[in-house]
Amino acid sequence: MTQAEIKLCSLLLQEHFGEIVEKIGVHLIRTGSQPIRVIVHDTRTSLDQVKKALCVLIQHNLVIYQVHRRGMVEYEAQCSRVLRMLRYPRYIYTAKTLYNDTGELIVEELLLNGKMTMSALVKKVADRLTETMEDGKTMDYAEVSCTFVRLADTHFVQRCPLVHATENSDPGPPPPAPTLVINEKDMFLVPKLSLIDDTLALAGIAQWIELWLQMKVLPVQTPVRAHAWVAGQVPGTGHARGKGKRRRSSEDDATGEPKAKRPKHTTDNKEPIPDDGIYWQANLDRFHQHFRDQAIVSAVANRMDQTSSEIVRTMLRMSEVTTPSSAPFTQPLSSNEIFRSLPVGYNISKQVLDQYLTLLADDPLEFVGKSGDSGGGMYIINLHKALGSLATASLESVVQERFGSRCARIFRLVLQKKHLEQKQVEDFAMIPAKEAKDMLYKMLSENFISLQEIPKTPDHAPSRTFYLYTVNILSAARMLLHRCYKSIANLIERRQFETKENKRLLEKSQRVEAIIASMQATGAEAAQLQEIEEMITAPERQQLETLKHNVNKLDASEIQVDETIFLLESYIESTMKRQ
Amino acid sequence: MVPFSHSHLLLLTVRLMTYSVLTQCLAHYFFMVFLTGSLNSEAPSTMASRGGGRGQGRGRGQLTFNTEAVGIGKGDALPPSTLQPSPLFPPLEFYPVPLPSGEEGEYVLALKQELRGAMRQLPYFIRPAVPKRDWRRLPRELRIRVRKLQKDRSTILVPKRPPKTTEYKEETIQKLETLEKKEEELTSEEDEEKEEEEKEEEEEEEYDEEEHEEETDYIMSYFDNGEDFGGDSDDHMDEAIY
Repeated sequence: MTQAEIKLCSLLLQEHFGEIVEKIGVHLIRTGSQPIRVIVHDTRTSLDQVKKALCVLIQHNLVIYQVHRRGMVEYEAQCSRVLRMLRYPRYIYTAKTLYNDTGELIVEELLLNGKMTMSALVKKVADRLTETMEDGKTMDYAEVSCTFVRLADTHFVQRCPLVHATENSDPGPPPPAPTLVINEKDMFLVPKLSLIDDTLALAGIAQWIELWLQMKVLPVQTPVRAHAWVAGQVPGTGHARGKGKRRRSSEDDATGEPKAKRPKHTTDNKEPIPDDGIYWQANLDRFHQHFRDQAIVSAVANRMDQTSSEIVRTMLRMSEVTTPSSAPFTQPLSSNEIFRSLPVGYNISKQVLDQYLTLLADDPLEFVGKSGDSGGGMYIINLHKALGSLATASLESVVQERFGSRCARIFRLVLQKKHLEQKQVEDFAMIPAKEAKDMLYKMLSENFISLQEIPKTPDHAPSRTFYLYTVNILSAARMLLHRCYKSIANLIERRQFETKENKRLLEKSQRVEAIIASMQATGAEAAQLQEIEEMITAPERQQLETLKHNVNKLDASEIQVDETIFLLESYIESTMKRQ
Repeated sequence: MVPFSHSHLLLLTVRLMTYSVLTQCLAHYFFMVFLTGSLNSEAPSTMASRGGGRGQGRGRGQLTFNTEAVGIGKGDALPPSTLQPSPLFPPLEFYPVPLPSGEEGEYVLALKQELRGAMRQLPYFIRPAVPKRDWRRLPRELRIRVRKLQKDRSTILVPKRPPKTTEYKEETIQKLETLEKKEEELTSEEDEEKEEEEKEEEEEEEYDEEEHEEETDYIMSYFDNGEDFGGDSDDHMDEAIY
């Protein structure tokens, strides 16, 4: 892990989980896999706090554990997963565009909580939706479940690995940490749930308590008691205001719900939770696949026109299930198939479609390729090439914005011709020698362009060696990615600095708002409200406005840089997989 | 060649003794020293070092590569040499492209800020503990009896009373927090934080509530040493059940 990545991870963990978790997390990222005693010793924090921090990190899939021989459990942090936290708003927004508010809230709750059972999740989302609806209307649990099932079917959420259920009771002591296994086929299998009463709400909390108990954080209490205690707190009425349609699960349920693990604890005043032990998490790879498809479609739309982008979108949609996300190109699709699968509103004739496909296949960017002639022409989408083009376009854009359009011309020239001498660059780019030299050296010093030596004689004498300028896209992409990490770290630091500078003013304004809100609730006249609003003077208001503007700008920049990071990371990952 | 020793040379010059001759001889002396290559008293000065020494003077401007190939012609002014590290904020030559605005951008921005705020309120946000206070110096009534909550959790297995409703639980949380208020006034903290606390009622995670409450004075281990918190003298919560 580079220093820039570690710094960024540290800032993200601190912002989202606090300093203790940040300290433990960064230590693990730096040093790799370690047992708990070593962590306690090296970070000089108390055992309790380390345990809590590890619980939080494991819950959010940021740290994994492994049992080594001699019974030691080692914890390992996943730096790349921590960096995904930057992209959470984008995931949630995508879910919103695809599955409306319900989907948005489901994904949001999953991301905020790391792992949840389906029942707890459905309950929570339904309650949140009910709060936002008008009085008297409630959110139906079934609708939320339905959206959840759709998310699982399209693979946007997946099951977490399950505790390995050993049927033969082992007479020996239980292992220090459970081994988690997941069957590929079961990863998106939704358990059949009938929605029962509010004890579902407690399921989430109970599971969280149990996780902590398993980590032996709390003093000795068995899971039975925790669950019973939690259950005992809430009788039939409970705290949930949402009263969705609830059916008591009948004992003679004929459908035979698949239960991963029989719940060991039942108490006398509640029923067992049917999907106990089955946790779900957001499937980030699927979201990345979606972003990649979006990027390709919009690139085609920019380069050609709307219709061709629709065709490409159709092809990608058809390949979603047939092609693994890391494949270099999609499975071949025949022109007839594409014609049948075009969206309903699009009525273009078969010949026009063929013409478009031919045009796309002949395009020098090679997003679409022709792989055969059967079925009216077999076409594939070159995913790897498409990602390469997108990464290259990002590089070109950075060169243009940083150094000017003439530099960008030289850069594109060298990209196209692969290797050029100094003299040739001047001639092809039609730029005077002195300026061309200057620009080349500027780009060379920032590592966008590199020099390739080709000796004429075996003694590599400098006067008898060719020096060729070339662009190595992979290494330039890595360099740019590293700079992106640094940029985001700078942006976050600056934002925190700005907020800290104006902390007093922010607190004052929050207090005033709270007072106004409470006064409005109890019914106050306009004059009083006016008076309280004047507690914040005009220059202070101005200062607050500036602060808000700056913070918004910094936040928006972070989101923008994260998009570039996504493109570059996808390209690098795709290239490394092919090697 | 016979290596001259310096004493030999000196003797030679001293022998030729007139003033003008002396100066001439001194010049000769230095010339011969130069010829022998060095002013130190190493006796064998090899031919090679002498040749190398001479070579140092001759080919001084030569570099290992051909300057014309790189593009520096003869007589061209070289760029100014750098005397200091590059500035922390180098000047921006071109104005940056404006950020994308529009509905999607605004929404994602709002989401991001909301998420940041929301994550601070969840139980996963672990706050560092405030160092312990010296309770011998402060009135007993200011201590928070939060310990009861934890200790009595294990006795709730068989609820002796009718099951409590959560509203009731919230009431007790309010009472706890009023107690805390007293404590926090001592430390002159903002009341606004209290309002934040009272608003958060999700995650009935009893255990984490103690971390929820800002500036809780006690880290968990403080309670584990079995000190007696049984004193009800200050409690105006007679009906409080733990």
